[in-house]
Amino acid sequence: MILRTIVKKGWYQDSVALMRLSRDLGALPGVDLASAMMGTPHNKALLLEAGLLDAEGRAASANDLIVAVRATSEQAAGRALDEAALRLAAPTGSGPGAAAERRPRTLEAATRMLPGANLVLISVPGMYAAAEAMKALRLGRHVLLFSDNVSVGDEKRLKTFARRQGLLLMGPDCGTAIIDGVPLGFANAVPRGRIGIAAASGTGLQQVSCLIASAGEGISQAIGLGGRDLSEEVGGLMMEPAIDRLVADAGTEVLVLISKPAAPPVLARLVDRLRHTAKPTVICFLGGRPPAGLPAHVRFVPTLEEGAAAAVTLLRGTPPTPAPFGVPLEEAAELARQQAARLGPAQTGVRGLFAGGTLAQEALLILEPHLGPIASNLRTGAIPAAIHRVLDLGADEFTVGRPHPMIDGAIRRDLLVKEALDPSTGVLLLDVILGHGAHPDPAGELVPAIRRARDEARAGGRDLCVVGSVMGTPNDPQGYHDQVQRLETAGVLLLPSNAQAARMAALIVSRGACLAALRGGDR
Amino acid sequence: MTTPQQPFLGGELRVITVGLDLFWQELTRLGVPCVHVDWRPPAGGDPKMAAILAKLAGLGDGPDAAE
Repeated sequence: MILRTIVKKGWYQDSVALMRLSRDLGALPGVDLASAMMGTPHNKALLLEAGLLDAEGRAASANDLIVAVRATSEQAAGRALDEAALRLAAPTGSGPGAAAERRPRTLEAATRMLPGANLVLISVPGMYAAAEAMKALRLGRHVLLFSDNVSVGDEKRLKTFARRQGLLLMGPDCGTAIIDGVPLGFANAVPRGRIGIAAASGTGLQQVSCLIASAGEGISQAIGLGGRDLSEEVGGLMMEPAIDRLVADAGTEVLVLISKPAAPPVLARLVDRLRHTAKPTVICFLGGRPPAGLPAHVRFVPTLEEGAAAAVTLLRGTPPTPAPFGVPLEEAAELARQQAARLGPAQTGVRGLFAGGTLAQEALLILEPHLGPIASNLRTGAIPAAIHRVLDLGADEFTVGRPHPMIDGAIRRDLLVKEALDPSTGVLLLDVILGHGAHPDPAGELVPAIRRARDEARAGGRDLCVVGSVMGTPNDPQGYHDQVQRLETAGVLLLPSNAQAARMAALIVSRGACLAALRGGDR
Repeated sequence: MTTPQQPFLGGELRVITVGLDLFWQELTRLGVPCVHVDWRPPAGGDPKMAAILAKLAGLGDGPDAAE
């Protein structure tokens, strides 16, 4: 094997662009392994571990870009490095007008280039993100802070300052927003309409907006708040101005507030605030219980699916018809029976692998009453040894220095195969997320991994059930129907929502034992 | 039924992106006025210097951090 390196001094490129470059170089003929990374000590350790660090790479500084290629011949290595040089010479990786684009070096310069810029979308590495956000706020612009790994202290300082200036600070760790019909971050192409959302949860916002779209309604505005906004420490600092703005917005007739469980004092303050509004509001706080003293125009629901349904019924003035599945329960039960028939008696575990944190949370909340303890990284403290697992692969421990699983599914693909090798795995439970900013072909990425997982199980004399939901709309860039079809062809049982997929998983592994609970409305 | 469509942020949405290029690409594809900052880590990527700069901006969790 030949190892060759080029080092571009003072050459910065974002982590996703570098990941794509690494992947494309690795696919070239004769290339065994390739990696493009900034020369930080952490990255150099990774390169060393991968056998990709030579003297040249070692000499690089944190401000330099290292491109390392291991190939079967000098020619193959040379070709790969030529390709890398070509890609790096282009102003951006791809995209319209790239060659003509003159890029400012600072935020201030950008505000001069784009007068009237009213939103700054920040996705730099976490350790620099707060300072960039503060710059934008001081320049009088709203901020969508996509970056995570920002401290709680900085979050409070940023939001306090933003409120004083009458500005929105959406984040940190805010993956999604929809402003004036424009999807920002990871949003889906949903129709414009009359329901407004404020969400401390990116995939929660996505799921609710997609379900609202499939019910034939639309979104006026969707404000992201960052995952911690309704925690006791942050105290709803951005939820409050978000509510005020949606209440004042003539285009919004119904509000939906979405979050993972909120701290009780924060919830109480919110309810107090809503007493002074009149717009119908759905509080969709996962797994929460309705607080006391809810005003008449406010509804409380514990799942995302019910959040969407309640918003639509409030808008239309029709009574809600909650059901565990979109099809009659007996039909769902028969489907579950057919799936369970493929499993051996030892295969009783649900293994949830989620790209969306709130979807993982919703699944956990639905599965646990039916199946008992579930091991999960969503909880702090000791994870119980349990036959069931639900993992949020977008959590910090999986994403420091790596692209989010909605952009690159490599970690999930590996875990799929790993879970298939476990003889107690009965059902693999997945979320497939479409929309702007997400992977261009999630089904294309997943299907080979699912096939590989099935092959591994088959080698152990086992079959597997794969259950999931595709979160998206027909207008999303990936092609919703095509994604669904390819997953179904690969044997994935798809349900119309994440909540229904979780219920189906419970029905399958329990061999129908939770049917009575579902029938009785215990969901 | 028509929906009143007032701009939510007080004017037409015009975005500056800092960080991942893919967000600039997506917005440009959608026809949203968008400029991407050619961002580099401050202080040549030195984390100590970056922390000092953050403190000067009133951030960071040390004892001198602004409230």
